[in-house]
Amino acid sequence: MSDVPLLAVDGLRIDIGSGAQRHAAVEGVSFSIARGETFGLVGESGCGKSITALSIMGLLRQPLSLGGGTIVLDGQPIHKASAAEMRSLRGRRIGMIFQEPMTALNPLSPVGRQIAEMFVLHMGMGWKEANDRAVESLRQVRVPSPERRIHDYPHQLSGGMRQRVMIAIALACSPDMLIADEPTTALDVTVQAEIVDLMRELCAAKGTAILMISHDLGLVAQVCRRVAVMYAGRIVEQRASAEVFKDPRHPYTRGLLASLPRLGARSKQGRQRLNEISGVVPAVSAFPKGCRFNPRCTARTDVCMVEDPATTALDGGVGLVRCHNA
Amino acid sequence: MLTVLVRRLANVIPTLFAIVAVVFLLFSVLPGSFISAMNEDGRGMIDPAVMERMRKEMGLDDPLIERFGKYVGHLAIGDLGNSFRTKEPVTKLIGDRLWPSLKLVLAAMLFAIVIGVPLGFIAALKPGSVTDATSMVVAISGLSLPKFWLGLMLMYLFALQLKLLPSFGYGDGGLTHLTLPAIALGVSPMALLARTTRAAVLDVLNADFVRTARSKGMSEPRVVTWHVMRNALVLVITTIGLQFGSLMGQAVVVEKLFAWPGVGSLLVDSVFQRDVPAVQGCILLIVLFFLAINTLIDLAYVAIDPRIRYA
Repeated sequence: MSDVPLLAVDGLRIDIGSGAQRHAAVEGVSFSIARGETFGLVGESGCGKSITALSIMGLLRQPLSLGGGTIVLDGQPIHKASAAEMRSLRGRRIGMIFQEPMTALNPLSPVGRQIAEMFVLHMGMGWKEANDRAVESLRQVRVPSPERRIHDYPHQLSGGMRQRVMIAIALACSPDMLIADEPTTALDVTVQAEIVDLMRELCAAKGTAILMISHDLGLVAQVCRRVAVMYAGRIVEQRASAEVFKDPRHPYTRGLLASLPRLGARSKQGRQRLNEISGVVPAVSAFPKGCRFNPRCTARTDVCMVEDPATTALDGGVGLVRCHNA
Repeated sequence: MLTVLVRRLANVIPTLFAIVAVVFLLFSVLPGSFISAMNEDGRGMIDPAVMERMRKEMGLDDPLIERFGKYVGHLAIGDLGNSFRTKEPVTKLIGDRLWPSLKLVLAAMLFAIVIGVPLGFIAALKPGSVTDATSMVVAISGLSLPKFWLGLMLMYLFALQLKLLPSFGYGDGGLTHLTLPAIALGVSPMALLARTTRAAVLDVLNADFVRTARSKGMSEPRVVTWHVMRNALVLVITTIGLQFGSLMGQAVVVEKLFAWPGVGSLLVDSVFQRDVPAVQGCILLIVLFFLAINTLIDLAYVAIDPRIRYA
C-alpha cells in the first residue's frame, strides 16, 4: 500500500437506465488494490458488486453505464480509455472468471481453442503454437492429461474442470489482476476449496492481485487480506479481513457474520435457527431516505432515518465504516 | 455420422407409409372420380356403359383394401402406376417435372438464405437502429404478402413495365425465366429467416460465453466470428430446414402462376382431373423431399454441435 496501487477506484458511480429513469446502482465506491494483494467485495445479490467488477473491465452494457468516478490501473485512467485500449487491457492485464463455468464457456468450441485464443489475441502467436501453450496452461491448473483434454468440449468436463479451464483462460497471459466473480458458487463444496486454493496458489506464483466477489463472507475472509462489504450500491465497511471477523462495526456486517453457519453451534446452544437479516435489499429506484440500511437495521436510531451517514475512519485510517452508530 | 444416417432413414420408412395411407384413403372418401371429372369437364355426356367399362379398367370398383394393397405392392418396386389422363407411367410424368421443380426450389432457398440471413445478422448487431427497423419491416412485409399477389406484382414490374425479364414460362430453363418465380417463392422464407436469424444472434449475444469472449479482450467482429456465428447457426439451420422442406409444397401456387412446368403445377392439374395416381405420386415426392431435407438438417446438427449425438 506504500507506493502507487495497482488498481484505484475512486467515487465510482454506475447508472442504470437513462433520462428520467436513471438511477445510481452503485455510488461513491472507492477502494484500491496493491500489486499481488487479495481484496474481497462482499454483499447480497443486487448490491452492485458484480457490476462494479464489470465496470473495471469496461464491460458495462445497456442499460448500465459509468456515471462518474475514476478507475486507475497502474497509473492509467481506464475509465476514459478508448475501446481499443480497453481491449488490450482485458485478458492481458486483467483476467476475469465467472460464476457459472458451463455457460461462460462456448459450448461449440473445444476448451483448448478457448484457451489458445488468449495467446493468439495477446501474444500474436499462430494457432499451432498457441495450442501447445494451451496444453501448458491446462497442466498448470492441474487438469489431468491436458494433451487429450484440449480437444474436449465444455459439456464433456465436470464443473470443477470447467472452472479450472476458466482459470487457465483468465491467467493465460499472466495478468496483473484477476477478477473472480462468485467463482465457486456453482460448484460442489468439496470442489470449491480446490478451486479457491488453486486460484490463490497460481496468483501468488505469478504475483497476480485478486479481486474476489462473493456473497460468502467466510470464503472471502479466508482468501482475501482485505474486505469491503457492499450494501445497496455502497461500501458500508472496508477493513482487513481479520478485523472484520474480530470486531465488525457496521450492523450489516454483523448480520452477515451472524448468519454464517457454525459447526457445533447447535450442540452448544441447543436447537437453534440460523440467524438472518430480515427484509430484502431495496430496489435501485427506491433507496430509503437516510441510511440505506435503516429499514433492516436492528440498531437504528432517529438520525438514521433522515441523514445519510458519512464514512468514519477505523483502524488508524486503513479501514472505514459508514454508520452513525459505529 | 453413419449411424445417425441409418437411424434417420429407419425413421423415414414408417412416416412414408403413413403418408401414403392417408393420401390413398383421402382420395377414396372424396366424392367424384376421374371419370365424373371428365364428364364435368364439358366433354359432354359419356355413355354410362363406357363409364362402367372405364371404371373396371382402372380398377376403381375393387375393394379399398385390395386397391391399397396393390398400390403399396407396386410402390415397393418403384412403380407409381399409370396416369389416368395420359396413360403414361407416373414416374415418367414426375421425372420430367422434377428438375424444373428442384431448380425453382433451390433458387428460391438460395435467395432466401443469401438475403435473409445477412439481413437478420445486421439487424441483430445494431438492435434498435434504423437498419434494424428497416430490415424487420422488410421481413414482416415479406411474410405477410401472399405469394400469388407478389408474383403478379413482380410480373407487372419486371416484365410489363421494365421489360427486363420474361413474365412466365420455362423457356430454356435459364436464369432469365427462373428469376421471378424464384423470388416470388423465396420472399417468405427469406423474411422468416431474417427474423429467426435476428432473434438467434441477439440470443447468443446475451450469452455468458460472449461476455467471457469480451473479457478476453476480443474485438467485437472477432467475438461475432469466433463465438456468435456458429452458435446462432444452430438455430438458423432449423428454420432453413423447415422452410426448405416445405418449399416444394409451397411452390404449387408459384408454379401455377408462372406456368412453371414443375411438380406443383402437375399436382394442381392432376387434382382437378381426379388423376389419383399422379396426385399420389406428386404428394409422395413432396413428402420425400421434406424428409430428405430434414435428414440432411439432422446431419448438419451433428456436424455443428458436438453436444448432439443421436445415440
